[in-house]
Parts: sequence; C-alpha cells; structure tokens
Amino acid sequence: MSAPAPTRPPTSDGHAAGGGRSHVRDSRWAWLVVTLLVALAVVLPVGVVASSVLSPSTEIWAQLWRTDLPEMLVTTVGLMLATVLGTVVVGAALAWLVGRYRFPGQRAFSWLLVLPLAMPAYVLGFVYVGLLDHPGPVQTALRGWFGPDVWFPPVRSFPMAVVVMTLALYPYVYLLARAALREQSATTYEAARVLGQGPLAAARRVVLPMARPSLAAGAALVAMETLTDYATVQYFNVTTVSVGISQVWNGMYDRNAATELASLVLLFAVAVIAFERLARGRARYTQDGGGARPVDTVRLSGWRAAAATGACTAVLGVTFVVPVAQLLSWTRVSMLRGLDGSLDPRYLSYLGNSLLVAVSAAVVCAVLGVLIASATRLSGDGFTRGLARLATIGYAVPGPVVAVGVLLLATAGASVLDALGLPGARMLATGTVGALVYAYVVRFLALGYNSVDASLEKLPPSMTAAALTLGAAPRAVVRRVHLPLVRSGVGVALVLVAVDALKELPVVLLLRPFGFETLALWVFQLASESRWEQAGLPALTIVAVAVLPVVLLFRRTLNPKEDVA
Amino acid sequence: MRRPRLAVSLVTALAAAVSGCGFAGIGGDDNVVRVYSARHYDLEPAFEKFHQQTGVEVEFLYGTDAELRERIKAEGENTLADVYMTVDAGNLALAAEDGMFQPMTSRTLDRALPESLQDADGRWYGLSKRARTIVYDPESVDASELSTYEALAEPEWEGRLCLRRSTNVYTQSLVASLIAHHGEDEALQIVSGWADNAEIYNNDVEILENIDSGNCEVGITNHYYLARLLEDQPDLGVEVFWPNQQGRGVHVNTSGAGVTKYADDPELAKQLIEWLATDGQQAFVAANHEYPANPDVAPDDLIAQFGTFKGDDLAAAEFGALNAEAIELMAEAGYE
Repeated sequence: MSAPAPTRPPTSDGHAAGGGRSHVRDSRWAWLVVTLLVALAVVLPVGVVASSVLSPSTEIWAQLWRTDLPEMLVTTVGLMLATVLGTVVVGAALAWLVGRYRFPGQRAFSWLLVLPLAMPAYVLGFVYVGLLDHPGPVQTALRGWFGPDVWFPPVRSFPMAVVVMTLALYPYVYLLARAALREQSATTYEAARVLGQGPLAAARRVVLPMARPSLAAGAALVAMETLTDYATVQYFNVTTVSVGISQVWNGMYDRNAATELASLVLLFAVAVIAFERLARGRARYTQDGGGARPVDTVRLSGWRAAAATGACTAVLGVTFVVPVAQLLSWTRVSMLRGLDGSLDPRYLSYLGNSLLVAVSAAVVCAVLGVLIASATRLSGDGFTRGLARLATIGYAVPGPVVAVGVLLLATAGASVLDALGLPGARMLATGTVGALVYAYVVRFLALGYNSVDASLEKLPPSMTAAALTLGAAPRAVVRRVHLPLVRSGVGVALVLVAVDALKELPVVLLLRPFGFETLALWVFQLASESRWEQAGLPALTIVAVAVLPVVLLFRRTLNPKEDVA
Repeated sequence: MRRPRLAVSLVTALAAAVSGCGFAGIGGDDNVVRVYSARHYDLEPAFEKFHQQTGVEVEFLYGTDAELRERIKAEGENTLADVYMTVDAGNLALAAEDGMFQPMTSRTLDRALPESLQDADGRWYGLSKRARTIVYDPESVDASELSTYEALAEPEWEGRLCLRRSTNVYTQSLVASLIAHHGEDEALQIVSGWADNAEIYNNDVEILENIDSGNCEVGITNHYYLARLLEDQPDLGVEVFWPNQQGRGVHVNTSGAGVTKYADDPELAKQLIEWLATDGQQAFVAANHEYPANPDVAPDDLIAQFGTFKGDDLAAAEFGALNAEAIELMAEAGYE
C-alpha cells in the first residue's frame, strides 16, 4: 500500500483496540498535560508582555496611524510575501534539481547548498551593502570602466532587501523540500509513470502534493524569520513593523507602545500559522516503509548539465563564497593593521559561551519537539494539536519581546525567592544562562516541532495505531517507532535551532548574565559602528562554527549512497 | 497504569535547567566597580589604567540603551550595576527621570566639568563632547556655499545631501535641538526640507564613504567618525565645516555617566566617574577622538586639525527631554 492515499487521522475509537485501550486512554491525559505545560511555558513570557495591550497608550497609536503605520504594514506584508515566494521558488527548484538529476558536482551541491544557513542574514546584509554601495568595489570598478555616471540599481531598496532575505533564508525551504523528496518512495512516482503520466505530470500530481507539508513548513519558517528580522532590513532602509517596534522602544522610550505594536506582529504570526495549515491542505499523504528506495536519478549531459552546475555554483557563490571571501579580506586587513580586539584573549571564552547556549537550546527544543509532535499523534484530538501550535508561537514573536517577558518572569521569581527568604534571588534577577536558554526555547521551539512534525506526518497513523494495538506503551511507541523513523527530522531540528541560537542577537543582549559575552554580540557591537574589519573574524567564526554541524548532518542525510544508484 | 515517564522526566529536566543553572552569585564588597555601558568605544584601556592607578577593578557589560535601561529597572535592588554609562544627553536625561540614578555631590566634578554638561541635581555628568557637524566633498562643494544646518533644507541641496536615519539617537538629538531653538512649526519645515533633499544612510561611516566616493556632496555626521577614518586613510576626500558659527554654534552632544540608585558601592562608583573627568579624562576621550569635557585637557592632534569651533551651549538635559517630540516630528516630516 504505497500509493498516496488521503487518510484521515484515526479517532480514538479507531486505534484503541483490545489490550491497548486502557493505557492509551490513561496516557492521553499525560500527553495532554505535557503539551499543556510546554505551551504554557512558551505563552507565559509572551503573555506577560502582551497583557500591556490592556492599558493601551492611545496617543502613540494615533500618532503611528497618522504617519508610519499604514506604510509599515504594507511593507511588512509585501516583504513577507516576496521573500516567501523567492525562497520557495529557489529552494524547491534547487531541491528538485539535485534530488532528481545527476550532473557534475551534484552530490557535493546536495549538501553544499545548505551552507548559507550558517550565514546570518545581518552579515549577508552588511557584506552586500559594503560590496555594492557607491564607495564599494563593484561600483568603483564600474565607474573606472564606464565613467563616473554609470547607472546602478539603488542598493538601499526594497528589491535588494527581498533578494538578500531570499538568499539568506532559502535553505529552510531547500532543506525541508530536499528531505521530503528523499523520504518519498520511488514506487509512488513509478506507479504514476506506469499509469501513463509523463515525468513532469507525475511530479506535479504525486511528488509535489506529497512535498506540500514540507514546503508549507519551510515557507512558514521563512515568513516568521522575515517578520521578526529587524537588523537586516534596516541596512536596506526597509521599515517593517519589527523595525517600528525597536524604533518606538529605543527612541520614544515607550515599552508599552512597543509591546502593543508587537501584538500586531503576533497577529501576523497567527496568520502565518493558519496559512501554513491551509497550505498543508486538509488531505494527509502518507506512505508505508520510510526506508524505501528513492526515485532513480536522471543523468544530465551537455548544456543541460552545464546549466545545472552553473545554477548551483551561482547560488552558492552569491550566498556563501563571496561573503566569506569578503569577511576573510576584512579579517586580513585588521590583522595587518594589528588592530587588537580581533585576537582578543577573551575570544575563546566568547566562543565557548556561544556554543553552550546554542547546544543547550537545540537539545531542549529537539526533545520538546519530539514530545509534542508525538503527543498530537498519540492523543489524536484537536485540542492537543491546537496546544502544540500554540507552543510554536514564539518563533513569530520578536526577540526583544520574548526577552522582556522572560526578564519580567525572572524578576517576579526573584521576589518570590526573596519573600520566602531563599537564596538565589539576585542571581535570578540579574540573568542566568538558564533564563537565556528558556528564552531561546520559547523563540525556536517552532523549528524543533515543525521539523519533527513534518517528518512524523509522513508516517501513516496506522503505524502508530498498530504499535499501540500490539500493546506497546505510548512512550515505547515514541522511542521505538517514532524516534527511529523521524531521526532525520530530529537532526534537522537540532541543527536549525543551534544555528539560529548561535546567530541570535536581541535576546542575548537583554538576558545574558553579567560578563557573559557571545560572538554574535561582539559582531553586533563592531558592526553597528561600521567597524567591518574588526567584525570580520568573529563573524567568520560564527559562520565556521555553524557550518560544522550543517556539514556533519546534511552531508550524510542529504547525500546517502542510494542517491548514486 | 503506565505513564509516559520519559516525557515527564524530560520536562522536569528542562525545568531544572531553566531555573537552576547559571553562575555563582557575584557582586557585593569586592573592590570592583561594575559598569553597564551603552558606549561601545574601546573603554578597556581607560578602565585598565584606572585599575593600575587605584587598584579598583572595573567590570562592564555592553548593551543598547533601551535594553540596559529595561535591565536596570527590572533588576531593581538586585542590580549589579554601580555605574550606568551612555551616549547622548537624551538617554541620560531619561534615565534620570526614571529614577535610575542617585544624586551625588562632588567638588571634583563641579570644578572639572562645565555646567552645561551636568545634571542640575547631580544625577549624571557628561564626560566628553561630540560635535555633530557638517561634512562635505571639497571637489563638488565650496565652503562658502555652506552656512547653517537650517540652510541645508533649501532646494539647492536637493539630491546632494546625505543624512542618517531617524532611528538614530544622534539624529534625534539634533532635531530636538532644532525644536528647542525654533519651536515645533519652524523645526518641522526645516526637517521636511532635509527629508526632501536627502538620501538616508544607516550610519555616519557610510555617509563619509559616500562623500569620499562622490555619491554625496554634503552630510551631517559626528566629528569622531571622520577622525577615525582619517586615521586609516589620511587622504580621504572629506572636509569638516563648523555650522552656525554666526549664531548659536555647532550642535554638541555628550557621553556621560551616573551612579545607579541601587549601587553596591556608590563611593567607588563616584571615584571612577571623578577619575574619568580628571586624571582619566585623556584616556577616556582619546580612544574615540572625542573632545574633552574638562577644559583643562587638550583635544588630541588628529581632531585639533579640524580647528576650533563655537559650540551650542543649549543644556544637554534640555534637548534630551525633547527626544520623543523629535521622533514624532521626523515621522510627520517624512524623514525616514
């Protein structure tokens, strides 16, 4: 039974039969409680901040509405749509290209194309502004050849912002689309071909629908990244609502108005999540036997092969090679000038701090991702699924909002400790690594959950049901059935969260303990003063550290032996 | 009855990780001054010198203003900060209004610093001066064309002017000073004129580099960005013009500090601020090519070549208080 047949999630009566019935019913409560706790933990800091809406500062709203707000809203929606469109086209096309065809370099590109994931969007932003701006090398060279008045498209513009965001974020779509293609069994595609469909029609009618949940998940991640970004867009003079928040908070000193504005972003986030569910479609496509043989690849030759290699090279060059080369050249300049700061003795401790936080956040997010994805699967009811979705809301909340929420909770916790006469109040109030990791889990749980869930959704519910029917306890189902089959999803979750946490800025700015510095903070401090040369080395280190897990994971999972068949 | 023990134990572990781990308690009577600083420029050498001269160690935490303010407020009595140091009078005035500082009386500071750089209640002190001045490309602009900030709003500068974003606090303070001198209506006209004429950049370095490459003809930047670029590229094609010399003078802002309300050791904190205004003044301003706040200390050679200027002596606290109005006004004027 491997044709993609729309199946409905089992009802509780459907899968609880015989001996399985009693513990399934008992455990449903336990799973519900777990999901509820996780959702609460995520919503609490956001809620603390969002409750400010109850006492609105109408004056600033009126002011914003009169001036910036309408334009901000249009810009935000426009940027999100354009970036999602760009990343889906680029990401899905590349996934298809390297997944279905063989051409020179195809095996290497299969995982190399994930590398831009390691490049923070704000680094890509400042590198390209530096390269393409009027004083930069590109325009200087053009002026040298064609005279001083040579035309060049405006660098600080909406289209450039879309291009850079697309280049920085397409790996999210590529990664999920690529995994989806790989997990699809050849038999499905071949059955369609045998039944008389041409290759493209088979792709459109079989492959694409089955990849749809993954594409939708990738698009949702991109949309939320775009929504909460406030560093990159500013390089291009693009004012989104997130920029507006930092503007109101930093400039008008009005945290209340800023958090109210942030509730607008929350509204967008809810729309994104709804859209994702809509895009996944009501139908569920599953196939049995996760390890089935993938579709045979087609060898390209002649100009087709050259074009394929060229396209992959171009994308990789623009998103990774050029920025790395620029960072290297800045690093070289700063070393030659003997600027201290680049080879700071504290460098290693910054690196250690970055790693500590990133790894902790990744592990917690992956574990929780497996837990709540399994909980939705095992309980099978809409309420648990709703809670699971709620638990991913943090990804769409701007970092500063999450950070303030956690800070307020920690302060409240400290006063409780104080009141009870317990020690540790001061530590809690002045920042702990634990609070930092908590904030990251709130922010990035969506990455963990979506990756695992997209993987899990391809397992037929009948498999879970069968294991339960055969008497396995729910936790055994998770451990022995779900976990082995969603391993690639868990790996993706770990890497996505770790890399995102490594690059993250506003949360660590606000929540780090005294004396706790990270590489991202260092880059930010130097870059905000245009000290590019000195920012080169720490930025390069972030990229290098992020590249490592990306390579280790995706080289194996994206490029297994079967692909070479 | 079986329970998903795996799940429960993992959630418990998470809870433990979130609440438990962290660092051992710090703070207290340990001969260390802790500074929360929104000033990013190479403070280490000055602090190291202070340590050598006094034996008191300085630890510091960098951040942006809004974030450090939230943090100090949220930490309340628990805060580790003894000193809050920041750039721009607007930030200092706001922190004072929020009750984040404790007032201090210091003969040393009263003697070392001009009155316009002191809070009336002694809550904060300006420790350096930074001039936000006009810079221009000598190849396309003659100095005789330039006169005042206000004149850059005239139509003749259309497409020739480069300015920094309205989100930046230096821009906000400059506009706030226009409001203080001209009133809202006239200031709105000037800023609208700027917005019509200008292309907007994200930081002062970008503006200076675009003047050098011939993309901009005239801009408004802080003087030390130019000094910093000149250090690396002595032949940079950008000149300084001191505006409003016939009138109120160049807009001068400050970077300063105050003792936090819940400082562990206010005496040590005061000692650090006094040192920065006197013996440490040279080290404090030189790392960033700022003008000394203390008139007894001479500016460094690089900025001395910009010549002397008349500075606007509008009290820093006064335009600091107009910051929010400045932002609204820029939004209204269509200044990005």
